[in-house]
Amino acid sequence: MTTQHIELTVNGQVREADVEPRLLLVHLLRDVFEMTGTHIGCDTSNCGACTVLVDGESAKSCTMLAVSAEGRSIKTIEGMADGATLHALQQAFWDQHGLQCGFCTPGMIMQASWLLARNPDPTDMEIREGIAGNLCRCTGYVNIVKAIEQAATELRAPASTDAPAEPAAAS
Amino acid sequence: MTDMMSETGLLKETPQTTEAVGGMGYSVKRKEDPRFIRGQGEYIDDLVLPGMLWLDIVRSPYAHATIKGIDASEALKIPGVLAVITGADLEKAGLHWMPTLAGDKQMVLPTDTVMYQAQEVAAVVATSRYIAADGVAAVLVDYEPLPVIVDPFKSLEPDAFVLRPDRGPDKANNHIWHWESGDRAGTDTAMEAAEVRVSEDIYIPRIHVASIETCGCIADWNATRGQMTLHMTSQAPHAIRTVLALVSGLPEQNIRVKTHDIGGGFGGKVPVYPGYVLAVVASLTVGKPVKWIEDRSENLQADSFARDYHIHAELGATKAGKITALKVKTVADHGYTDAAADPSKFPAGLFNVITGSYDFDNAFVEVDGVYTNKPPGGVAYRCSFRVTEAVHAIERMVDILAHDIGKDPARLRMENFIQPDQFPYKTPTGWSYDSGDYPRALQKALDMIGYDDLRKEQLEKRAKGELMGIGISSFTEIVGAGPSHDFDILGIKMFDSCEIRVHPTGKVLARIGVQTQGQGHETTFAQIIAEELGFPVADIKIEYGDTDTAPYGLGTYASRSTPVAGAATAIAARKIRDKSRKIAAHLLEASEDDLEWTNGKFSVKGSPDKSKTIQEIAFAAYTNHPAGMEAGLEAVDYYDPPNLTCPFGSYICVVDIDRGTGQVTVRRFVAVDDCGNIINPMIVDGQIHGGLTMGFAPSLYEEISYDELGNNLAGTFMDYLLPTAVETPAWETGKTVTPSPHHPIGAKGVGESATVGAPPAINNAVVDALWHLGVRNIDIPLTPQKIWAILNEKGVTA
Repeated sequence: MTTQHIELTVNGQVREADVEPRLLLVHLLRDVFEMTGTHIGCDTSNCGACTVLVDGESAKSCTMLAVSAEGRSIKTIEGMADGATLHALQQAFWDQHGLQCGFCTPGMIMQASWLLARNPDPTDMEIREGIAGNLCRCTGYVNIVKAIEQAATELRAPASTDAPAEPAAAS
Repeated sequence: MTDMMSETGLLKETPQTTEAVGGMGYSVKRKEDPRFIRGQGEYIDDLVLPGMLWLDIVRSPYAHATIKGIDASEALKIPGVLAVITGADLEKAGLHWMPTLAGDKQMVLPTDTVMYQAQEVAAVVATSRYIAADGVAAVLVDYEPLPVIVDPFKSLEPDAFVLRPDRGPDKANNHIWHWESGDRAGTDTAMEAAEVRVSEDIYIPRIHVASIETCGCIADWNATRGQMTLHMTSQAPHAIRTVLALVSGLPEQNIRVKTHDIGGGFGGKVPVYPGYVLAVVASLTVGKPVKWIEDRSENLQADSFARDYHIHAELGATKAGKITALKVKTVADHGYTDAAADPSKFPAGLFNVITGSYDFDNAFVEVDGVYTNKPPGGVAYRCSFRVTEAVHAIERMVDILAHDIGKDPARLRMENFIQPDQFPYKTPTGWSYDSGDYPRALQKALDMIGYDDLRKEQLEKRAKGELMGIGISSFTEIVGAGPSHDFDILGIKMFDSCEIRVHPTGKVLARIGVQTQGQGHETTFAQIIAEELGFPVADIKIEYGDTDTAPYGLGTYASRSTPVAGAATAIAARKIRDKSRKIAAHLLEASEDDLEWTNGKFSVKGSPDKSKTIQEIAFAAYTNHPAGMEAGLEAVDYYDPPNLTCPFGSYICVVDIDRGTGQVTVRRFVAVDDCGNIINPMIVDGQIHGGLTMGFAPSLYEEISYDELGNNLAGTFMDYLLPTAVETPAWETGKTVTPSPHHPIGAKGVGESATVGAPPAINNAVVDALWHLGVRNIDIPLTPQKIWAILNEKGVTA
């Protein structure tokens, strides 16, 4: 088995590995780095459960080779919370019941974070189009859209050192 | 009915506990979410055991073929490939066939013939995921293709070749079973006498649940301890344990099934698939943990499908539109084996609930199960027991009748509904509906959507040549299987269970016999206990999915968790409350009869300051309990429901059809649901949103179809189209509350209602838009190609 040495940044930490050239990025994250928050839901890059950020761009990690991540910066769901403090998107998905089985959720949150970085104040349809590459079988998307709207509002608010705003009523 | 419920205290439209306690009626945020939003859920593929090996599966490219030989020599040369398992290997241990839950049998691996495309042919065990896949690619199988039957009607023809010669010479045909319900002669007489008769062929195509997590397991055999631990994606872990004990001969106490977190189920994770069995066999053989995880294409091509019902329905009525008779003949395509997960007595599930929400005396239903060269099943798509097919047929037929006699479909429904004072209502096919108020739900939906204005708009649009349709569905669900006199699976009665342990510090651990695949049981079952005992939800931990610790239960499907295990939970809590009363009487030195229970404490009547909270009582149960009483505060209940529960609702859909492309757009969709008393409104709304989307999906997009060679034409997400956020409508939901009179907390179950109710509303809306062009029926999915072809034929394309 021929391997190749790679070095990349994952959630701000420099990581190294010797990998087969055919290893998918999602398997590097899950099987080698044991970060299992990034999921696999299909084999045709339709479902988006494996979505991560690569140098800030959303990418389906099942469709990218680990060796292509050499020298790049990867952000996964495990890098979203700041210790005990949830990212606004994580909090909003919880507040708005934006998840049920939770399997699509990490990919959905990563995709939403990419969307909000590009478009901090999206319309309902812009949110829906922004997550069109991420399939959810449980929620019917209604509460996912609401969650992304809640997070967008919160992230647009002026930077503050205060504790996160009180979550909106869940019902 | 509603007034009566209110008087008897059954109706719980406002919460009875404080928000801090968080009992029924509060939108308590989910206790399971913190791990999921951090990516710290523990799904099957996240689990890695020391020394674990990988199993991958060689699958047939042919739908029907003789296996002339399997050459594993090249695969075994690959470093890291440890074994290749074939049907011949399994045959030595008698494990090449396994029983299905429906009493048929299914190949684990074939010894001579493959019966559908993507069938398991051999298994490769290797040291890694990638090497196992290399091994699969290197196994050479010599196939000789055989003729293929994909059409169940052709399969029934006398000269059709026999697909299952293993059934013996007495069954030299492809007919599996015949099942009927109702009064054939009475229905024939009523139908003959009917002033108006409408009939239609309705096909409900084969679809697949496609939960975003596929299926998988890790079988972990420890030879020294004689212990098999099976970590798996199962909606029914206890049933799996018993089946595994019966099939393998392993003692049941040495089998532990653990489910962990499950990424969606919808019924697709009820059956036993060959992959699970192969992992078990591999682990028994090599003595190490063996993991099997399905690819999406394997999942869509080989796992159990749903529907595939060819329905011929005839409805009789008076000229004024009063329904008098229903006659239904159905051919059910089960693929090469009947692997449905219906209760034993019901090979066609509860399909005879097909008389729906309407009051008439004569109905007859017959279903014939048929073999074809397709994957096995007849299982579920967010509805396990064929209620979706039944509701689709009756709601389409009622609409066709309304259009035929020129009566508004809403009015025709109102005039035929079972009335609130008729409950409990006995249907002509023998079911007893526990409760309902159908006119109230439909009226609410009509008001919410502004029905009269929409009908005016439709006429105006039609005059301009625009295509707009309005469709209604007033469905009755029948869930909560089930009462032991009628319901069992492999002989095991369909009770369910809960065990509650109250710890000395007033904290609670409860274990339930059902499983969660996203329904939020860690939250809602805690709310039931909070409601009954007054412990705050935050102090209650719910566990499930470990057969070593949870009480025996039949699992989560068919919307049975709340109706059955939810009831068990309430009853177990009440047993604890009964014991708590005795302890309180002891502590307060009062008679039990002098105590009253409010807000989580027992007080002496007339002396409210003399009271003991449930937490104080819990402590006393371990420190100061009455002489002669057992210490501790625990209870268990195995609940046998006295009846099924009948959630219902009325849905209204408005569609616009593009004359240029045939594209159907759902402009509005109003769903009024009644699932009885509600435990958590937020979660119920979420269940309805999800259910509606899984009703919308097969209405417009999803179908697993086959070409005449048996090739699956929708074997990946490129071809099997799950709706994205862009297509999915912004659902508008409303509710009425009609508690179940026999359920301890008046609840009914809600997981599947919307999936059952939505498709006919959408189908009716599309046909309504085209009725004036002479269109009577279009089978789902209502794809642009299908609609455009009709528009083109009618000469109205833009």
